[in-house]
Amino acid sequence: MAFISRGFRGKRRDETTSSRVPPGQHTVNDFPVLSAGPTPRPDLAHWSFSIVGEIDAPRTWTWEEFRKLPQEEITVDIHCVTKWSKLDTKWKGVSVDTLLDGVDTAAEFVVAVSDGGYTTNMPLDEITDKKAWAVYEYDGQPLHPEHGGPARLLVPHLYLWKSAKWVRGLKLVKEDEPGFWETNGYNNHGDPFKEERYWGD
Amino acid sequence: MILKWQVAKVTAITAETPRVASLSFHVPGWQGHLAGQHVDVRLTSDDGYQAQRSYSIASAPEEKGVTITVERLDDGEVSPYLVGEVRQSDSLELRGPIGGYFVWKAGDPRPVLLIGGGSGVVPLMAMIRHRALAGSRTPVRLLYSSRTFDDVIYRDELDRLAAAGDGLAVHHTLTRSRPPGWKGYTRRLDRPMIDDVAWPSEQTPIVFICGPTPFVEAAATLLVERGYDPAWVKTERFGATGG
Repeated sequence: MAFISRGFRGKRRDETTSSRVPPGQHTVNDFPVLSAGPTPRPDLAHWSFSIVGEIDAPRTWTWEEFRKLPQEEITVDIHCVTKWSKLDTKWKGVSVDTLLDGVDTAAEFVVAVSDGGYTTNMPLDEITDKKAWAVYEYDGQPLHPEHGGPARLLVPHLYLWKSAKWVRGLKLVKEDEPGFWETNGYNNHGDPFKEERYWGD
Repeated sequence: MILKWQVAKVTAITAETPRVASLSFHVPGWQGHLAGQHVDVRLTSDDGYQAQRSYSIASAPEEKGVTITVERLDDGEVSPYLVGEVRQSDSLELRGPIGGYFVWKAGDPRPVLLIGGGSGVVPLMAMIRHRALAGSRTPVRLLYSSRTFDDVIYRDELDRLAAAGDGLAVHHTLTRSRPPGWKGYTRRLDRPMIDDVAWPSEQTPIVFICGPTPFVEAAATLLVERGYDPAWVKTERFGATGG
C-alpha cells in the first residue's frame, strides 16, 4: 500500500453490493441534484423531441406523441462523477432503440441536446442495443424538473452527466463533438468502472 | 492534462465555526487553480479501504498552496476525519484542480453576484479572495445565508474585505437566529431580498450560486423570474452527498 491516511477507518460497504459500486464511489439513499444552471421549466404544449443530423428524414415527436411510444420500465444503478452512486433506481421511458428504429445513418457519434443549451456526447453504439432510454418517470412519479423532467436521457453505464437532463433531442454526427462537461475538464467517455472522471483519466 | 493523485501535507488547520474547519496543504508541484474549482480528496485506511470526496478550494490562485474548507457532517465518512482527526503535518492525497465552468477570473468586466448558502460560500470565497489579491475593483455583491451568527464562515475576513470600500458588498442573512444588534436579514432567501441585493438585469451581471439544492433552486428561479438570462447564472450544489 503506497499511502495510508493516519487514523482513517471509514465506513465499510455492504459486501453484497460492493461489486456494483465503482471505485471511488459511495452509495446514497437520497437523490442528490446537480446541474450547472437554473432549472428549465418548458411548456409541454411546445415541447418536442427530435432526432437530427446524419439522418435522411429528421424525426420529431410532440409530448403527446412521445408518451404514446412503446414504454419500458428500467431498474438500474446510477453513478454520479461527484462520487455518489444510487442502486436499483426505477425509471419509465422510451428506449433509444425505439427512437432510432429503422434509421439508417453514417453517424458514429451522438450529441444529446437539452433545454438550457446543455450538451453531452457519446459514441452512438453506447446508447443503442438496450443501453439507453429517454425517461419521464422516476419511482412511479413524473420526473421532477430538478431531476431533468419532463424527460431526461438515461445512460446508466456511464457517469450520470451523460444522462442529459431536460433532453430535447439527439444529434447524429460523423465526428465526435465534446459536450458541455467534456469541454470543461471532464472525461470524454465517462465509464465509472474505469473511473474515467476527468481529462486524462 | 492528467490529474494525478498527489500527496498533500497539512500546513495549517483553522477552526472557522464549531462545525467547519479550513485545511491548508502544501502540494509539491501544484499546477495552480482558478477561483471556483474543486479538488478530490482520497483517504486510505491501513487495510487498503479508500474513500473519496470532492471539496471546493477556498484559497485564491494567488495564495501559496491549496486551502479547502470542510463542514463536518456527523454521519459522514470523510468530513468527520478532516474536521476532527486530521492534525498539522498529516498528509493525505489530493487531485485537481477540477472543473472549468463554475470559475471566475478577475479580468471579467461584468458585475458579480455571489449567492451562498452555508458552506456553499467556500468557492465564492475563493473568488472574493482572488478579487482582493488581484487588485480587482469589479463590483461584487455577496448574499450569504447562514443558520446562526456562529455558523457564519469567514465572518471577520468578509467584514474586513467589505470595509475596504473598494466595491465588495456583503449581505448576510441568518435563518435561525436574530442576535442583538444584528443589522442583516433574518429569514430565508426570498424575492424582496433578491430585489434588494441583485444587480439590475440591464447590467448583465454574472452570477455564481452555491449551496444546498432547495437554496440554489430558489435563488436561481428568483433571478430568472427577475429577468436574468439563465446563461448568466452558474450553479453548484452540495449536500446530501454523504460527505
